Amino acid sequence: MSGTHFHFHDPYQPLESPIHRLDPRVKLALALGFIAIATLLPPGAWLAYGLLGGTAWGVAHVSGLGVRRVLRRSVLALPFVLAALPVIFTAPGPAWWTFPLGPWWISVRAEGVVRFVSVLLKSWLSLQIALVLVGTTAFPDLLAAMRALGVPRFLVMTFGLMWRYLFLLVDEARRMLQAREARSVPPEAPSQRVGGTLAWRAQVTGRMVGTLFLRTLERGERIYMAMVARGYDGEARVGSLPPLPRGERILLAGGWLFLIGVLILGWAF
Amino acid sequence: MHIPDGFLSPTVALPLWGVSAGMGGYALRRASRELTESEAPVIGVVAAGIFAAQMLNFPIAGGTSGHLLGTALATMLFGPWVAILIMTCVLSIQALIFQDGGLIALGANIFNMGILGALVAYAVQQTFRGLLGDRPGARYAAAFASGWAAVVMGALATALELSLSGLTPASVALPAMGGIHALIGIVEGLITMSAVAFLAAVRRGLLAERPVAGRVPLWIAGLALTLGLTLLAPLASSDPDGLERVARDLGLIQAERSLWNAPLSDYVIPGLPNQALATILAGMLGALLAFGLVVAFTMRRRREGGSS
Repeated sequence: MSGTHFHFHDPYQPLESPIHRLDPRVKLALALGFIAIATLLPPGAWLAYGLLGGTAWGVAHVSGLGVRRVLRRSVLALPFVLAALPVIFTAPGPAWWTFPLGPWWISVRAEGVVRFVSVLLKSWLSLQIALVLVGTTAFPDLLAAMRALGVPRFLVMTFGLMWRYLFLLVDEARRMLQAREARSVPPEAPSQRVGGTLAWRAQVTGRMVGTLFLRTLERGERIYMAMVARGYDGEARVGSLPPLPRGERILLAGGWLFLIGVLILGWAF
Repeated sequence: MHIPDGFLSPTVALPLWGVSAGMGGYALRRASRELTESEAPVIGVVAAGIFAAQMLNFPIAGGTSGHLLGTALATMLFGPWVAILIMTCVLSIQALIFQDGGLIALGANIFNMGILGALVAYAVQQTFRGLLGDRPGARYAAAFASGWAAVVMGALATALELSLSGLTPASVALPAMGGIHALIGIVEGLITMSAVAFLAAVRRGLLAERPVAGRVPLWIAGLALTLGLTLLAPLASSDPDGLERVARDLGLIQAERSLWNAPLSDYVIPGLPNQALATILAGMLGALLAFGLVVAFTMRRRREGGSS
């Protein structure tokens, strides 16, 4: 929760590829299936992980996003791996090797290493397929697909509105940060403390949050008025997607069969 | 605190999806009593605003910086149910578009930071209001405490989920996550407090007049708070004397053990000694009993009051 985790550009890459042309419902259903299967796989199912990885990279390549780009972005979320680190030392089973750490003896356990690497791979694979999904699907298409897959109408509508104003408000926040920076003296070294106590700095940030919030709220009310003036009555009229063509249905079924096959493989071997 | 995919075992992630979906639906129903559906645009824009506000960071020390989560602030301004909806939207977009948190883990993330955060923040705010009244000082104290509590409880829930997934023992995860977030929570509390103070000074009506969507009865808030604290009490110290002593004196620990050991021995949280688990369970049972008595008493008094 500390530091910024966002990459503030629309991840969608408008390219021409079979993956881009694929129906968003098929893409969303298959991506969710992929992540679900990755979650359900047991630790140490290397062959199944390999198949999923091959699929993810194959799709990334065909989509024109490129394996390298997806790999580079997928590394950004890996710091969370720290949370899984203790399993190396606490898993049951025989110790691989034991080393002293101060007054304690720490053992690295085979079972723990297997579990740790498995979590790492599963998380990494899930992330890559999610990157491919948002990289090849424009957000309005994703919304329509969510609606088709049964996400409540209110939520889809709110996501849509949020998306529309997200970048605007992020820019607003950025301008505020820039303004603060312009009025502050940067520290000569990162460890050097400048500009008031922690409480004072938090107070300044709190006022910025308050200002941003007021502007947001006013903008929201203005938008609502404008929508009402244009005939909005609480009903979002989202264009519904046509029924899936035969080819796409076969692809969806084939994809799911493949994923279930991977799952069976993972548990059997 | 955004858990990526792959970290939670399915037995943890999928039930939490169910809980979050159910609670989200309930929040939607409660919120729609106050907000007409035509006001949904405001929720969408405010959610985008919270997302943007999470960018406003400030340096703490040694190159690290802190920023807002916003659950407590949203709860203070809109009440818990609208806040749950707002945070659900924020977290969903973060997971879906920016891969900040996983999609299968989204249920857990919504639960930790949205639902639990908003309910805990609301419980704290209601408790402060009940104890200190509507004075501005009480409001700022409530803003600070609820910001802190929402972050810390969310972190503890995250730690518990990770340890239930068999990744880290609870004896490591809970103190580590709780300790770090007890500090991060101070930042959250300070920012929330000064944002509330700013809004109170600039727009007094925003905090005072805005109807709270679906007011939770105070006793539910209190119950949630007590259960949360019960969960924390034995973890805070390695020798949880007070509560455990009471539980043992009442014979609750023995009873809990014989009950829970037989069919559910696999369900002991890894790393959390049986003793502490028993204490938590005993404490929760005790809290439930106490609240049952209070509720029964109040209802009886209300009935008597109605008949006279």
